[in-house]
Amino acid sequence: MEESEATTKKPRSRQCCICKDRRAALKRPKNLEQICRECFYDAFEEEIHKVIVQNQLFKPGERVAVGASGGKDSTVLAYVMSELNRRHQYGLELFLLSVDEGITGYRDDSLETVKRNEIQYGLPLKIVSYKDLYGWSMDEIVKAIGLKNNCTFCGVFRRQVRELIYFVFARPVVSLIPALDRGAALLKVDKLVTGHNADDIAETVLLNILRGDIARLGRCTSITTGEDGTIPRCKPFNFENLDDIDTYAYFKKLDYFSTECIYSPNAYRGFAREFIKDLERIRPRAILDIIKSGEDFRISTTTKMPEQGTCERCGYISSQKWCKACVLLEGLNRGLPKLGIGRTRGRNGQQRDAPQTNGGMKNIGSKQCGTLDF
Amino acid sequence: MHLTLEFGGGLELLCQSVKIHNVDVDSPAGEEKLTMKDLLSWVRTNLIKERPEMFMKGDSVRPGVLVLVNDCDWELSGQLDTTLEEKDVIVFISTLHGG
Repeated sequence: MEESEATTKKPRSRQCCICKDRRAALKRPKNLEQICRECFYDAFEEEIHKVIVQNQLFKPGERVAVGASGGKDSTVLAYVMSELNRRHQYGLELFLLSVDEGITGYRDDSLETVKRNEIQYGLPLKIVSYKDLYGWSMDEIVKAIGLKNNCTFCGVFRRQVRELIYFVFARPVVSLIPALDRGAALLKVDKLVTGHNADDIAETVLLNILRGDIARLGRCTSITTGEDGTIPRCKPFNFENLDDIDTYAYFKKLDYFSTECIYSPNAYRGFAREFIKDLERIRPRAILDIIKSGEDFRISTTTKMPEQGTCERCGYISSQKWCKACVLLEGLNRGLPKLGIGRTRGRNGQQRDAPQTNGGMKNIGSKQCGTLDF
Repeated sequence: MHLTLEFGGGLELLCQSVKIHNVDVDSPAGEEKLTMKDLLSWVRTNLIKERPEMFMKGDSVRPGVLVLVNDCDWELSGQLDTTLEEKDVIVFISTLHGG
């Protein structure tokens, strides 16, 4: 990547504490080291490599999908993964996987970025769309239900897209959705990597505490999740600060897209983010320490955890007779879009399972967009 | 003093979607030097057209906004006390967008 001219201009900083030669360009939040750009690239990339090796995230020959939104985290992830795969001979077959929710003015623009990344990094791109999978784009859903609750649909569908990709593409089962069958032979996936960073995880730890969501609190800090029969997915940036990722993307002049989803006010998560950013300013290690706290929580054995079964209609994991996505789709298709939204459940003649002490735990309907479940 | 300001990561949306601004900024009356603190208040008055709270908090940038002076993190040059010089390049990047 080209160097900007500005580096040649009167540096006012100290020497890099690693090479003791070049001038420092940044101070890393995790250890307050003042380092130059080149040493930063090395340190950052090697940290990711270490996480991959220590946690044995991949095996040679695996087909690994990089969840690509066109945003900075996934762009840096795609770039670093393809670099490391080459440099350390992981032997992985990498490709970009994007979900097109069908949001004009947001996803169409960000997908253009992903299409450029496909060429820049030489990674094949696969796009799966809500429209193909469910018959509805988010634009159409918003038109039908308005701007309240739309994040519920998006979040539920997104979570299920992941599983569908796995069940249909990775395991040769009969597809419930014809659109997926058509692409099935082309796309076999062993693992999904996502660009979730330390700030995201810390934020999610806080949100799960604030929501009393013990089941997710236990899972959200794991680097690898979904080994229980769902698609294994991992987060190599688990311990990388957002600021480092942004700085990396800027210095490397990576091509990424930055606009918030036009439908998502996401106020609750926004507060949590602002809060941890305020903490970070006072104490830069705060973010990694919140993750540490999340990892070290022990859940009392007497805590009742939600039971999981499978949806009678589509076979997806569900604690109800029908999974959330099927209930929501049924509502959309019958012109009753409020079906499955909000606190009152118990459609399909079924009981509200479990006493209401853990009512918030399973109410996917109240989840904000952007939970770490994708 | 002639400076180049660059806004990224969505911050450009606050200044009419223009990413790079070539500007002339004078030191405050009675002062010889121009500091980042002076520049921020100038930017807020002259460039930010909407939602200034997305850019600033108190007299500094909002946490989550990276600042680079000549491609060097401003934490290394003294943050608000950084003294600016002719033709400096200052970059502001918001990290608060999804990725």
